[in-house]
Amino acid sequence: MQFSENWLRTFVNPSMTSVQLGHALTMAGLEVEEMAPVAPAFDSIVIGEVIEAIKHPDADRLQVCKVNVGKEILQIVCGASNARVGLKVPCALVGAELPGISIKQAKVRGVESFGMLCSAKELGLAAEANGLLELPDDAVAGQDIREYLYLNDYAFTLKLTPNRADCLSILGIARDVTAITGAPLTLPVLNTAKIESTKIQAVNVAAKQACPAYYGRVIESVNAQAKTPDWMIRNLERSGVRSISAIVDITNYVLLELGQPMHAFDLATLNGAINVRFASENEQIKLLNNTDIKLAGDDLVIADNSGAIALAGIMGGEPTSVTDATTAIFLESAFFTPDTIAGKARRLGLSTDSSYRFERGVDFGHTKLALERATDLVLQICGGKAGEISEVVNQLPERVSVTLRYSRLCSVLGITIPKQTVGILLTQLGFKFTENDDIFVIKAPSYRFDIAREEDLIEEIARLHGYDKIPAITPSANLSMLNAPESALSAAWLHDALQAQGYQEIITYSFVDESWERDLLGNANPIKLKNPIASNLSVMRSGLWGGLLDTLTYNINRKQERAMLFEVGSSYHQTPQGFDEQARVAGLFYGAFQPEQWGATSKDVDFYDVKATIEQLTQGNAEYRLETHTALHPGQSARIYLDGNPIGWLGKLHPKWQQHYGLAKNCFLFELEVSPLLQKPVASYFEVPKTLAIRRDLAVIVDVNKPVQEIINAVTNAKIPLVTQVQLFDIYQGKGIPENKKSLALSVLMQDTHKTLVDIEAEAAMAQLLKLLENQFGASLRN
Amino acid sequence: MVNLENLISESQADFSVCDDMPALENAKAKYLGKTGALTEALKGLGKLSNGERPAAGAAINVVKQAVEAALNARREAILSAEQAKQLAAESLDVSLPARAQSQGGLHPVTLTLRRIEQLFHSIGFDVATGPEIETDFYNFTALNIPENHPARAMHDTFYVDANHLQKDDKRTDFVLRTHTSPVQVHYMENALKNNQTPPLKIIAPGRVYRVDSDATHSPMFHQVEGLWVDENISFANLKGVVQDFLQKFFERDDLTVRFRPSFFPFTEPSAEMDMSWNGGWLEIGGCGMVHPEVFKHVNIDNEKYRGFAFGLGVERLAMLRYGVNDLRHFFNNDLRFLSQFK
Repeated sequence: MQFSENWLRTFVNPSMTSVQLGHALTMAGLEVEEMAPVAPAFDSIVIGEVIEAIKHPDADRLQVCKVNVGKEILQIVCGASNARVGLKVPCALVGAELPGISIKQAKVRGVESFGMLCSAKELGLAAEANGLLELPDDAVAGQDIREYLYLNDYAFTLKLTPNRADCLSILGIARDVTAITGAPLTLPVLNTAKIESTKIQAVNVAAKQACPAYYGRVIESVNAQAKTPDWMIRNLERSGVRSISAIVDITNYVLLELGQPMHAFDLATLNGAINVRFASENEQIKLLNNTDIKLAGDDLVIADNSGAIALAGIMGGEPTSVTDATTAIFLESAFFTPDTIAGKARRLGLSTDSSYRFERGVDFGHTKLALERATDLVLQICGGKAGEISEVVNQLPERVSVTLRYSRLCSVLGITIPKQTVGILLTQLGFKFTENDDIFVIKAPSYRFDIAREEDLIEEIARLHGYDKIPAITPSANLSMLNAPESALSAAWLHDALQAQGYQEIITYSFVDESWERDLLGNANPIKLKNPIASNLSVMRSGLWGGLLDTLTYNINRKQERAMLFEVGSSYHQTPQGFDEQARVAGLFYGAFQPEQWGATSKDVDFYDVKATIEQLTQGNAEYRLETHTALHPGQSARIYLDGNPIGWLGKLHPKWQQHYGLAKNCFLFELEVSPLLQKPVASYFEVPKTLAIRRDLAVIVDVNKPVQEIINAVTNAKIPLVTQVQLFDIYQGKGIPENKKSLALSVLMQDTHKTLVDIEAEAAMAQLLKLLENQFGASLRN
Repeated sequence: MVNLENLISESQADFSVCDDMPALENAKAKYLGKTGALTEALKGLGKLSNGERPAAGAAINVVKQAVEAALNARREAILSAEQAKQLAAESLDVSLPARAQSQGGLHPVTLTLRRIEQLFHSIGFDVATGPEIETDFYNFTALNIPENHPARAMHDTFYVDANHLQKDDKRTDFVLRTHTSPVQVHYMENALKNNQTPPLKIIAPGRVYRVDSDATHSPMFHQVEGLWVDENISFANLKGVVQDFLQKFFERDDLTVRFRPSFFPFTEPSAEMDMSWNGGWLEIGGCGMVHPEVFKHVNIDNEKYRGFAFGLGVERLAMLRYGVNDLRHFFNNDLRFLSQFK
């Protein structure tokens, strides 16, 4: 909402500077987004009347003018072609400072010049100008131009919240200024028109609930080509509305002044009675903005016998609009309920000043008064004869009584506001109320659509009393400790663990390129956004690798040669009921295993380097099975299992993707579900053995394809007596070992809790172990 | 018979010129070896009479002990010289860089969230989370933003295609949450289901989404929602908690908070929070007292309890805290930017 401060001050004029007024509005909830002076801060510019203009003796394009500036006659050399005798123009006196120009006494081609005649552009009032700014004949030489053009004014722009529809007019803002400051409100003088025309336009309202009040009147013999007065153009323009034609300007003026959207039809184009009704499905209308639209059954229209002629409360129709040729108008002022208009304009892509107000709530208490105001202005400006008002009024919204308990007010706000202040503020707000036993009962006026419950009143009192006066008080509360389950690790642990291993955290968008999902992750049916911000951010990710690889290439393009990246974030999945999200942690390791340094031989990262990370995150409990994934090298890709459940993947980026991304070196990826990682059993003590363990080593030959983990698992699960741990300490293939076989060197720890083992017991356990390996894995002892 | 008296000084002279263990062993042989002077002397005792033997034996022993002492002293000296030599050879340039993995780092948004969580945890706030793909109900309706409410236009909402659902379920619109406020509703619903009554104190950090992308807006960003429901919690308490938080977060006691009246359908009274900063005011988030309609949706008695809620922009706090001047850095993931945060 943009408006002229001067215009506002004709309604309410508190003794405050412009800046103070702006601050007061902001601190009362009407946020001032901008305060723009309507003219730059110049002075010493007065109205001058050219009383003589003769050609410069030495310059064809210049004239030497004698200019009456009130107190004296000045000689001014001027280059503007419209400088002529009798013209009244802004004249900058010597010493004046204009935007970018200082006026000094000067010689122009040998002739003394004592000032400058100005264009609108030179005054900073317009971006372009064609010659001097010509002032009307009533301008008096010598008057300060700032006064004459009312330039000591600001265009205020308010960023209004949706609940404050009542402030979408000068009157409404003025009312709030009164509520804030207590300064008195002056309403414009209203003349009720004399009825001089017998013409009455019949009006029917079929949609009684959607349109509880409809007023309209004919005005005959209007001059549609009348000139809009300067004061009106000025107020409109400083409120952000361009002047179009007198009748349109008047309806816009009343809209800004009183907040009542108005519409004028060309009476000659109306066909029979006006009917306010809902559109029939697919009914057509050609709107003022020259678009043809198809209506739906819940669109409210103004119709006549020819069909819909205006989209009620949103926009008029083109065929019935007022033109220069119009001689009689039908002027409409109606109340349409917010529910009827809400959402329609957005659906049709038409947000107008009218729909914006109706969907938030227009004062239904002065619909008729606004019509009288507009009539008065039409008669003043365009002439004409007004007819009787046709009115159809049904059930208007009712304002309920709202109770405000003084004690509740103070306890919710946490301060004590004097009770007397509450009464004063309610009075300044213009709310009717009674007070009894610390209970205020209030009925909101017709212009307030946001006062329906106690909290609404608490907010009103708080904002007018001043949020600034509410102190910052830290609460007192009962103290009890928060739960801290020891078996649950925090997500911070995960971050810390990865950071400690050298990984850098990144955060990437949850929406990704559809091809990442389809091709990289093999998700043919990703979750789509209906309105993505860009085509490459159109689907929700089901995994995190796309963002990691994208970040990698971004950084390789910035000369990074290796990267260890991780991200913790959600993956998104469809379920039969809707959607599911899973917290995941994913990492990428690219290039050299360690940064280039003096003391280590350079080696590229390999599978087992990254596996160490997984081992740490899973506390060594994970199981790795060779399975295939669209993104990964089929021979170096492991699905990760924890407690038998798959929780993620680890592997080398498939060479085809490595090529696709233009990666010179190997790239390894992992991704794990977060929640299984954050569980840790609470430690439980068992007795430390009193005797020492003994170790025996064993080398066996097995098939080269046999996963070592299977062998270790089998041995562990067999629970051979005395054997407490079996570990692999070497693997060998080659000379001395048959082809397709490998030799595994295992260390076996044996322990008896109570006594020291003797050789014969150890030998027996080893024999049992070997037998198991022979039977289950076809292993043979290596000699 | 050798001259016993000279043996001591001779052996000392011989040992002292030995620089290493083999040489010393050689020198030792001359005195204590099988044919060494002292060994010979001892052998010679047999030729002496019983009367002479004890005195001669004692004399030889004295000399032998003296020679052995000289030998040991030299042996020690050689060993310690050798060790010193070895230590000198093993000396390193301790200033050389360590053999190490690269240094990892955390994203500034994570660092900021941690600080926020830590500070609120210290006064008993739990962390709550909720889904990012929300139903229209939780993102709007339950927060008192009914369909067609103009406040919906303030949220540039991403809508999610739910074509995989049965027709009946399609009546629900799914959106990417536009704020973390829906977590309030989930949390209060669950708390009541689990018979947990107020006080309820949570913060809800997480990703939120708006259809907006330019130098100062990212289509994805982070918010932290805070909620405190209790019997006597007040608007002044809300101001107290937020100011306390900001002072601790920025480690500046002189920071003050200014509330400006505003409008959010899910709080009333509502306020924009401004923070004093370099002589001016900076908008830092929105807040207010939980709206009765929200309590109604989760069956909390509005007469007995009230609550306050606030929403903070995490990137905004991170930018102010670390002096980052461009929002876009946060999601470009340039390592030259990220590595500044540890």
